[in-house]
Amino acid sequence: MELNPYDEMLAGDGVARVHYRRYDDWLRSQPADRLAQKRAEADALFHRVGITFAVYGQEEGAERLIPFDIVPRVLPHEEWSRLESGLGQRTRALNAFLHDIYHEQHILKAGVIPAEQVLCNAQYRPEMQGLDVPGGIYAHIAGIDIVRDDAGEFRVLEDNLRVPSGVSYMLENRKMMMRLFPELFSGHRIAPIDHYPDVLLENLRSVAPTGVADPTVVLLTAGAHNSAYFEHAFLAQQMGIELVEGQDMFVRDEAVYMRTTRGPQRVDVIYRRIDDDYLDPLVFRPDSMLGVPGLLTAYRAGRVTIANAIGTGVADDKSVYPYVPEMIRFYLGQEPIIGNVKTWMLRRPEDLAYVLAHLAELVVKEVHGAGGYGMLIGPASTAAELAAFRARIIADPDRYIAQPTLALSTCPTFAARQLSPRHIDLRPFVLSGRDVSIVPGGLTRVALRAGSLVVNSSQGGGTKDTWVLESPC
Amino acid sequence: MLSRTADHLYWMSRYIERAESLARLIDTHYRMSLLPHASATLARSLRSTLSALHVEAAYHERHAQIAPRAVFEFLSLDREHGASIVNCLRAARENARAVRGSLTSELWETLNSTWLEARSTASHGATQADIGQFIEWVKERSHLTRGVTIGTMLRDEAFHFTRIGTFLERADNTARMLLAREEDLRPGADAGSVPDPYEWSVLLRALSAFEVYRRVHRGVITPINVAHMLILRDDMPRSLLRCCKEVYQNLKSVANEQSAETERHAGEMHAMLHFTTIEDLIELGLPRFLAQFAGRINRLAERISSDFLVAPAQG
Repeated sequence: MELNPYDEMLAGDGVARVHYRRYDDWLRSQPADRLAQKRAEADALFHRVGITFAVYGQEEGAERLIPFDIVPRVLPHEEWSRLESGLGQRTRALNAFLHDIYHEQHILKAGVIPAEQVLCNAQYRPEMQGLDVPGGIYAHIAGIDIVRDDAGEFRVLEDNLRVPSGVSYMLENRKMMMRLFPELFSGHRIAPIDHYPDVLLENLRSVAPTGVADPTVVLLTAGAHNSAYFEHAFLAQQMGIELVEGQDMFVRDEAVYMRTTRGPQRVDVIYRRIDDDYLDPLVFRPDSMLGVPGLLTAYRAGRVTIANAIGTGVADDKSVYPYVPEMIRFYLGQEPIIGNVKTWMLRRPEDLAYVLAHLAELVVKEVHGAGGYGMLIGPASTAAELAAFRARIIADPDRYIAQPTLALSTCPTFAARQLSPRHIDLRPFVLSGRDVSIVPGGLTRVALRAGSLVVNSSQGGGTKDTWVLESPC
Repeated sequence: MLSRTADHLYWMSRYIERAESLARLIDTHYRMSLLPHASATLARSLRSTLSALHVEAAYHERHAQIAPRAVFEFLSLDREHGASIVNCLRAARENARAVRGSLTSELWETLNSTWLEARSTASHGATQADIGQFIEWVKERSHLTRGVTIGTMLRDEAFHFTRIGTFLERADNTARMLLAREEDLRPGADAGSVPDPYEWSVLLRALSAFEVYRRVHRGVITPINVAHMLILRDDMPRSLLRCCKEVYQNLKSVANEQSAETERHAGEMHAMLHFTTIEDLIELGLPRFLAQFAGRINRLAERISSDFLVAPAQG
């Protein structure tokens, strides 16, 4: 299948789009070797600073760099404004949905979403039923993955409402670009993003249990061997809060404390970066060494806030994703500003029949999968791979959804010593507390292999700095 | 601050200090190995060094003979040997990585790039010239790490625990280096004569004390004078008195509800060194004193661990 993607920088005639013109002029004025040299410099700096991620399935302690590309992804002001409204709208609806299904379940009663889709979902947590959380906010930090289709339209590919990661790369990429190419920043009006940790901290403090005047916020990590450990340490440091592991905390009289050199200290808000399953061995996985025994008791007693809340996974599950536009209409009475990608739900017989007949053209994903694992990209697969996946689908169709193979937009990327188009997506980070706030831009991920559509870092993806231009140029 | 964080900081600085001590040891022996006619003295000194480090058995699992090259590699670049310099640098970096949020970025980057470079040197295998360069480099990196620590870290608990780690390790190291030459310090040994001047100058160089010795003592190097300087001089950065003083002062700054007894122990060790004389110690027996001291330093380290670093089971 021939894909004809939208290029972020170059219009059809090969001329730079208006918002890329200044960058293009600068690029043309650069000596041939300078970019390669700057790229090498960036790699060396990232290594020294230790901006790495651990790779699962490799030797213990293996750390790798996420490849950084030196060509920025630029968004004009107007496009960002629209994205920003759409992201706020979507996140508000998702939070309303989470509140609803853990309370009266109006949306299920109204028949907008089949009840079994929600209540039989493994990510639905009955422990949350009837529990009021501060401000009614469940997804305090949301990473909404946005792609641009061949018509130039933005679409939401996926919502990440559990423990979305990547924001540290967004911040470090900007620092790196400013270090490598300061001249570009004086020539453009690029919206700043480095206040993200302040906004995040304020946001977390705003959802502390009622009555706590000066809340203590901590970041809960699984430890130094977790793939996102760099980010955990980075954010804790930038916010000036303790980076804790489960073993550093304990629960007494329904309150959470951390063990310090001066004795126990009360904890009010836990920004957790471990999954629900590991939070409390008394309630969830009993073998978990990462959590805090009794945490859920304290949580249910309203003595501590957990961000994101427990049970948000039911709203970002791929089987619930197709219903998000309906949620926006149901809770907000608005039309979605950013649409979804067309999705077939294979538990529906007619969708299943269509998908099996067109497998070679489609992308099939596991409903609960993440990180680009357990996924079939039809056009890039061999006949044998297609046959094997077909068998897996037929064995358990409920586990899968399918989407058209999107011609994700491309952006010039420095590969093999020259610039070539590579597919990209965008993950903006939406913070919900007393208000909704989004720092301009997000993390642009890029598939570094020519033609590849998989941007996940665990699958060889890289990242780019993302610029939102402050005013029309 | 979190007990676990304090624990990592404490071990981070202990391992860096240990790497530096090892580098100093290798350095002096390495210099000795370049001189003619020193092989008997060198072998004896290397043997007592391995024994002072408690790694004699581990060494002999790999090598039958005490050979300078083999000992240098074993202590510096051997990645299979847990207590080698390379592995100390790795351990320092792993501890730092576990609490990188509590370090200044300069300190983290210093420890991280030190490890990255050490790893690459170790993986290339070393020639003799490289060993000299490598240990020189280790000392420089340790100086740099200390400078960055003192120059960038807030004087809060994190800093104090870092310093406690440094000085406990250093006190332990100085005591063990003296103990390795205990036969020259025994009451029967003639304090006026010099059993082997070269060995004692090696020791002085290992502790950056050679030039200092020349400044404070005229004449030949005698074991008793060296012992006096390395045990009782308050202005000597690696002396037992100086180390105990630093541990005691930093400990006072982090005192908590349960640490009074630990503080008392540290204060007592400091006071004893402060008020005693070398004659008293000779009367007691220097080797006996040093062995007791090494034991007390280890017990103090254990007390500090249980008061501050290892969290008690319930709060």
